[in-house]
Amino acid sequence: MMTLHRARVLALATTFVSTSALAQTGYVSGNEFNPAISLILDGRYTEYHDDLELPGFQMGPESELPAKGFSLGHSELTLSANVDDQFYGSASLVIADHDGSTEVELEEAYLETLGLGHGATLKFGRFLSSIGYLNSQHEHAWSFYDAPLIYTALFGKTLYDDGVQARWLAPADFFLEVGAEWTRGDSFPGGENDGNDGKALFIKLGNDLGQTASWQLGASGYSTRFNERSGEGHSHGHGEEEEHASELVMEDGDVDIIGVDAVFKWAPGGQPRRQQLVLQAEYFQRKETALSHFSEEDNYFEADYDGEQSGYYVQAVYRFHPQWSSGLRYDAITPDNEFSELDANGIDLEEFLEETELGSDETITRQSAMLEYTPSEFSRIRLQYNHRDWGEDRDDLWVIQYTMSLGSHGAHSY
Amino acid sequence: MRQTLIIIITLLTPILARGELSVFACEPEWAALTQQLGGDRVSVFSATTAMQDPHHVEARPSLIARLGRADLAVCTGAELEVGWLPLLLRRSANAKVQMHQPGYFEAAMQVERLGIPTVLDRADGDVHAAGNPHVHLDPRRLLRIAEALSQRLIELDPAGRTEYAGRLQQFQDHWHARISQWESEAAPLRNRRIVVQHEDWLYFNEWLQLEQVATIEPKPGVPPSAADQKRLLQTLSAQPPELIILAAYQDDKAARWLADKLNIPVVTLPFTVGGDEHSNSLTALFDRSLALLLQALGD
Repeated sequence: MMTLHRARVLALATTFVSTSALAQTGYVSGNEFNPAISLILDGRYTEYHDDLELPGFQMGPESELPAKGFSLGHSELTLSANVDDQFYGSASLVIADHDGSTEVELEEAYLETLGLGHGATLKFGRFLSSIGYLNSQHEHAWSFYDAPLIYTALFGKTLYDDGVQARWLAPADFFLEVGAEWTRGDSFPGGENDGNDGKALFIKLGNDLGQTASWQLGASGYSTRFNERSGEGHSHGHGEEEEHASELVMEDGDVDIIGVDAVFKWAPGGQPRRQQLVLQAEYFQRKETALSHFSEEDNYFEADYDGEQSGYYVQAVYRFHPQWSSGLRYDAITPDNEFSELDANGIDLEEFLEETELGSDETITRQSAMLEYTPSEFSRIRLQYNHRDWGEDRDDLWVIQYTMSLGSHGAHSY
Repeated sequence: MRQTLIIIITLLTPILARGELSVFACEPEWAALTQQLGGDRVSVFSATTAMQDPHHVEARPSLIARLGRADLAVCTGAELEVGWLPLLLRRSANAKVQMHQPGYFEAAMQVERLGIPTVLDRADGDVHAAGNPHVHLDPRRLLRIAEALSQRLIELDPAGRTEYAGRLQQFQDHWHARISQWESEAAPLRNRRIVVQHEDWLYFNEWLQLEQVATIEPKPGVPPSAADQKRLLQTLSAQPPELIILAAYQDDKAARWLADKLNIPVVTLPFTVGGDEHSNSLTALFDRSLALLLQALGD
């Protein structure tokens, strides 16, 4: 079934590419591929010892590390075009391996108004939320192969959902944008819910500093509710000792996230392609409450969960040659959760905390360094090193990654 | 009382409704041209300077804000701005300036373009399907663009019809005279062999009949490697060109190296308005470019 999907997707892409190449009339700009088709191919070779564990956090969906050795990342097919003079539409299909099977995911499929006027824009469908700075960027536009730890911990990578977004651009000579989103609210850190409980607010402010520098500041908030959010207890031991199947379910949860972000870019002579320094930092804090229900065969432990987790990353990326960049990143996340016992059978608080590691209040830190070679805007080869510290544990990760963009390559957002 | 009110309103009107057409120009040449054709009826913002490579501009928040307030966007088109303008357009939330609206003007589309590739392949570098976009360096084409742009200004601001028409007439008269003058001045440049950094002198060369024998970039938009440089030097050694031309925004390292080896001069031309201290208008841009070339190639 998946193979069929894949074949169809590729056939679709081939048809579009060949037609548009033939139908070249040498007219118009930007949309001579109609719709614009972009295929991102991404693969890596990864070397590490231990899987990513984030004690103190209930792990979200795409939080695992890539398979050791050779593996493909996200192959991403994006089709986009102006629908008419009122709407712009874009869809991104991501083809990726999860647990050994190839899956096609619809990462984004949205429509956006072009002509509401008065600075207003309405977006609807499935889209990456505009909270934070990195969240709305596609993975291939990131400066490191992986998401910052705080993103992995809070959103299971990035937050995307089905719903609507309304935003407004202030009529000023500087950039001021405010927006709100109303979504299903069931993607992590949400879960199954009755209503459409995802609500986000964001504000972005930005301007230039002379001819060479520019900045953007943002603040955002996201809240959702869930009836049930399931996850596995942290499995440790890696098969050395046979574990009983355990399950952790959070019920009747409330999630509130706030965040701030800042970006500063400096390009001598206003020539970012030649030389550019980008400084970027984000901070998020999540507060959530739920009824936690942990079970292991017939035994269980039930408690009121009151969690507070926060973290940040700071990074600097320097392009020192049109084809070469290097970057450093520092990550830190800290959990602080409380559980008050309600009911138990055969498991006590201590055992529960040991099994799930949700009682940890140790800060997890990570240092990353990368070097990338970009022969053109369409290709990139990157070498990255991560060093992760948690209490007594540490782990190193090396990855060499290629990211290639075929077909139409849209502009990257700021 | 009523009279006072009328007086206040009359006084406020020019402030409240200045009637100025707000123009977002992607490059300085279009800012200059729009200003010349629009006079006081337009207020013009240039998204880039002559020292910036218009192919590679960051879609900065400030540009989104500026485009959001524009009544008219005047850009080169032909995919020159494909790396940043489409994003600005979408983020600007401005219905007036979207593609195919009267508030969106592409200069390159008003004239016949050269260098339209027969095969589109990224292996050939940064190729533009609609042809070479650097049309502003041919003053004859610039004249046709001015005519179309003036029409567009009238369409968007009909109240200014007489003024726009008058300013266009003025520009045409002036420009016709200058073109003849430039062409006669530039006669010694005919068939002179030059090397350029990037394929952005195509229209200029065609106009002045300069013979471009090579580009330093092995492929459009691809910086030359050391091996590319050596290969080019070898090719050119047999029959060296007389001059290397650079645009003000380009890195001169490769050109200097080659010029040194071939013992020929490098001339950095302003390329657009503001490219050096002399080129503060379209007329001055051509005056200055010709003067620099004639000086460098003076026998």
